[in-house]
Amino acid sequence: MSKSQKSLLLYAFILIAGIAAPYVFPNYVTQIAMLWLMILFALTWDIMGGQMGYNSLGNIIFFGVGMYASAIVQIGLYYDVAEYTSHAGAVKVDFSFYQYFLGMGLGAIFAVVTGVITALILGRLLFGLRGPYFAIGTLGAAIAAGEMVGTWDYVGGGGGISMPTFPGSGDERSLFFYFLLFGLAASTFVFLRWLYSRQFSLAVNAIRDDEDKAEAMGLHTLRHKLVAWSIAAVFLSLSGAVFGNMIGFVEPLEVAFPTLTFGIFMVLMALLGGKGTLWGPVIGAVVFHVIKELTWSYFLGWQWVALGMLIIINVVYFQQGILGWAQEKWPHWFGQTVDQSMTREEGEAGK
Amino acid sequence: MNSIIEVRNVGKNFGGVVANHDISLDVADGRITGLIGPNGSGKTTLFNSIVGHHPIDVGSIKFEGAEISSLRVQQIARLGMLRTFQQTRIYSKMNCVQNMLISIPHRTAGILDMFKVHPPETTEHALELLEFVGLYSKRNLIAGDLSFGQQKLLEFAMALMNKPKVLLLDEPTAGINPTLINGLIDRLKLANEEFGVTLFVIEHNMRVIMNLAEHIYCLAHGELLAEGKPDDIQNDQRVVDAYLGAH
Repeated sequence: MSKSQKSLLLYAFILIAGIAAPYVFPNYVTQIAMLWLMILFALTWDIMGGQMGYNSLGNIIFFGVGMYASAIVQIGLYYDVAEYTSHAGAVKVDFSFYQYFLGMGLGAIFAVVTGVITALILGRLLFGLRGPYFAIGTLGAAIAAGEMVGTWDYVGGGGGISMPTFPGSGDERSLFFYFLLFGLAASTFVFLRWLYSRQFSLAVNAIRDDEDKAEAMGLHTLRHKLVAWSIAAVFLSLSGAVFGNMIGFVEPLEVAFPTLTFGIFMVLMALLGGKGTLWGPVIGAVVFHVIKELTWSYFLGWQWVALGMLIIINVVYFQQGILGWAQEKWPHWFGQTVDQSMTREEGEAGK
Repeated sequence: MNSIIEVRNVGKNFGGVVANHDISLDVADGRITGLIGPNGSGKTTLFNSIVGHHPIDVGSIKFEGAEISSLRVQQIARLGMLRTFQQTRIYSKMNCVQNMLISIPHRTAGILDMFKVHPPETTEHALELLEFVGLYSKRNLIAGDLSFGQQKLLEFAMALMNKPKVLLLDEPTAGINPTLINGLIDRLKLANEEFGVTLFVIEHNMRVIMNLAEHIYCLAHGELLAEGKPDDIQNDQRVVDAYLGAH
């Protein structure tokens, strides 16, 4: 079986597993939906953190911005947002089937636009920073974003916004959001797989390895950095828009800008699986999510200790992550070979 | 004789340290020009000023007749003036072919080019140049795993891949073993003759620079001390004194 056939088989298996999962494990639909969200988080973080070497601790901003942008559109289409949020529960909410999905669709579009604009503005401000300074700068921006939205009365401040109710049964609702997140994560993967086969991939890798050299060679570094962050912002703000509706309640610190949970998880998952690879973040997200759910279910009270241990083991013994470790151990699997032929003629003849 | 780079009365201070003072020189189009001088004489500072790495305090730097002293590194690189570094710099986690592919000229790169694949001619050209510097058999290895000398050769090949008009080389033979040096000199000359790349070379190895350059400038204490043909420079008492510390 050829290599491409094997990978086709793998993709088919994942696709079927993804579609069948909520029917086979109906009690775990939300947990598996969260797994897809985690995979999306790790994949989008890795565009900058792994491929480009810019460790952002603030990617959660786009998630929150997308969530709020979508919420404002969904409510604002039919109600006055300020009135709706200031009289939480007093304004009678009644969305028809059509109103609900039109709102979600338009909300998603607005979420993407706002997310990308945020990425472009933040990028202009923060891309002058490098290394740990960029990490701290983005962390500060994420925390500030949550706090600022918390004082913005128009969107309900710290009290948040209740999202429109899903026009359907509870089971339909959880399946609907499951497939949205599955579709989003799958599209993210497919898009990145395509993107990493393009010139973009080498350019961001060059920025990671030596940005000064890349500048000296005339590479458009700022342009590539802005595009990289914008792509992460597209998928994160979309996932934020979906997640807000899935939770049903948008609130600044715990739901929209959870810097210390989701914001850090996305970094950990990419590191665990192996940053700078396509599959690493996926593997990392699966391992992380399974360990997290198991400790939450069976060692409640010790879950943060377990996660802390995982981080320490990862950072001290496994810095390259699972896939990075495999790459070092078996480099020839990944095409790092010495060719015996010294010239191109010999190389052609040897084929 | 046509000058491709014209440096006029350039000065650069770092705090109280005068790194370059009132330096004027010309790099002839299509030739090989040398720059020598004792350690700390301001050679690399001058290179950094020319390629836009830092702004100059006074003076003017022209490339193909146009003032470039206020442009930034990337803009100057895209005009066709590249430099290599004294401490070799390659993309250490990418393999040699990838290092070459990302070094294509970015002069006309539009925003949508990043979503295209490299055309097969580019890969073909990358392999040709890797063969030219003798790294063909190592092409699939991670560049950071190569020896220092091999990394220098790779950096040189990357610079050629960029199809520059002028290449500023900062000590191209430092840290390379004597046998390899001869091969490198030949390749530098070939690059100059066959690809038409103007070279401006900082070099400490006198044998190399006398063999390579047609015109040499000598700096000492941040000032231009002497200039001329290799023979004149070699016999210039001021140059000898500067190197032996009498200056």
